[in-house]
Amino acid sequence: MKRPISHISSIRDLRADSPDCASRFLWSAKNSVSLKDALLGTSLGGRISELAGQSVLLAVHDQLAAAVAIMELDGVARRLIICPPDVSPDHIPTLIDQANVGAIVCDKDSPYISEQSTLLRVPVGPVVETAKPVDIDPVTTEWILLTSGTSGAPKMVAHSVASLTAAIKGSHQGADVVWGTFYDIRRYGGLQIFLRALLGTGSLVLSNAGETPADHLLRLGVHNVTHLTGTPSHWRRALMSPAAGAIAPRYIRLSGEIVDQGILNTLRAVYPHAAIGHAFASTEAGVAFEVNDGLEGFPASFVGRHGEVEIKIEDNSLRIRSPRTASHFVGNDSATLMDSEGFVDTGDMVERRDNRYYFQGRRSGIINVGGLKVHPEEIEALLNRHPAVQMSCVRSRWNPITGSLVVADVVVRQGTDQRVSELKMDILKTCRETLPRHKVPAMLNFVPALNISSAGKMARRNA
Amino acid sequence: MSIRSTIISEMQLLAADEDKSLPSLTDELVLLESGLDSLAIAILVARLEETLNLDPFTESDEVYYPVTLGDFIKAYEEADKSHQLDSRSSG
Repeated sequence: MKRPISHISSIRDLRADSPDCASRFLWSAKNSVSLKDALLGTSLGGRISELAGQSVLLAVHDQLAAAVAIMELDGVARRLIICPPDVSPDHIPTLIDQANVGAIVCDKDSPYISEQSTLLRVPVGPVVETAKPVDIDPVTTEWILLTSGTSGAPKMVAHSVASLTAAIKGSHQGADVVWGTFYDIRRYGGLQIFLRALLGTGSLVLSNAGETPADHLLRLGVHNVTHLTGTPSHWRRALMSPAAGAIAPRYIRLSGEIVDQGILNTLRAVYPHAAIGHAFASTEAGVAFEVNDGLEGFPASFVGRHGEVEIKIEDNSLRIRSPRTASHFVGNDSATLMDSEGFVDTGDMVERRDNRYYFQGRRSGIINVGGLKVHPEEIEALLNRHPAVQMSCVRSRWNPITGSLVVADVVVRQGTDQRVSELKMDILKTCRETLPRHKVPAMLNFVPALNISSAGKMARRNA
Repeated sequence: MSIRSTIISEMQLLAADEDKSLPSLTDELVLLESGLDSLAIAILVARLEETLNLDPFTESDEVYYPVTLGDFIKAYEEADKSHQLDSRSSG
């Protein structure tokens, strides 16, 4: 049954006393909490009033603890910076400085507890406790999501509950709806599903970083997941699991990477009763559109259409204007998010063939390895520091399992007398010691020269 | 070297690169439970495309994702057979 979503100015506006709240849950691998308990209780030891009006950095390990803290802090904190679980501790001081953080919500045993001595520190508890009602003047919280930046340091992208929930309509509701997502809810794609579960009528099964695909699918099956979302790479991994048959979702959604016809066809064959859609969404541009015709790419009729979301293609890149986009970047030297007409340039290149547009990859050469963004410059800088490397070019190579892989073409300095196999091992060893695994080149090709464009820039060609 | 032994030796090289030990490589072994995660399997597929000149998972829109090592090896063996047939019929 469809019913309109009643939009909210903060999560705290959700009615904890509505009759379904006690029977709706957030499930993690180890724990669960009812929506009623999450809305009425505290995971911050009842210290919420200390955080009123503050710029709060949320950096906790456990996803359920983060979810409950987000629910408690929205409408209370002036600004809420949500750190994904893999944000490097080296970047935390910069985030604190550039977002004027006054308080940090973290784990009890967090390294930030002792290191950041001048900040107010509030640890999250493992369980939700009963909270005494407190009288706090409601504020509109600025939500800051992190996305990867060129130098490896995260970029801070500002949203509000209004922009984050603008794409959520009244569909996909029913008392039996159980959402699941392969994403972490601290990334845009996962946060959308968390908010859909909260604003709708259903429950949500959270992912767990340490869990095998089979265990995750079995857990989704136990909770009878009906609506399941992830990147094409998440889905390919699920289809390679013997537990792929443990779920029977009625709605499947893909986003976060280029969706190819192969994954759409395979999902259709394996889950014949599911409606399958793919969405274009990014942290900066928000949810732009959903494609539900079972085909890769998107219809050309989407471009230039009037409505809540406007799409234009300029210099072959997709540009979006809508109430769902972020408002600005936060931090020193932050770039401009929108052009003078309010369009966000997604940097995603498209090509029109007949009446459809197809995605061609990123203008900047950013490589998407299973949903994780890789900036070629960061890896090239490391390769170029190796004494035997004269110059290098990092590019993507299509792969049917992760969508893309990182490969590097390397020009070796003249006079290097090391054997090719030994030199490759040595260079890769340096990469493995310094970079996270998805950034280590899957292959190194030694080439005599690299192409330089007429503008003096390295010509990147991605496959 | 047969397709099977090429695949096994590439898997062992990958595991050595990542300091991981592999369980006994039987046909029933679930690939994602072999100690190689999806990123490592992606690298394996890319390396096998170089050594065997085959990518059975990209060649058609009807993509099939292998669950066990046996499925994985069979996909390469069948892609190899169909390549040989193609080259005979075109030659």
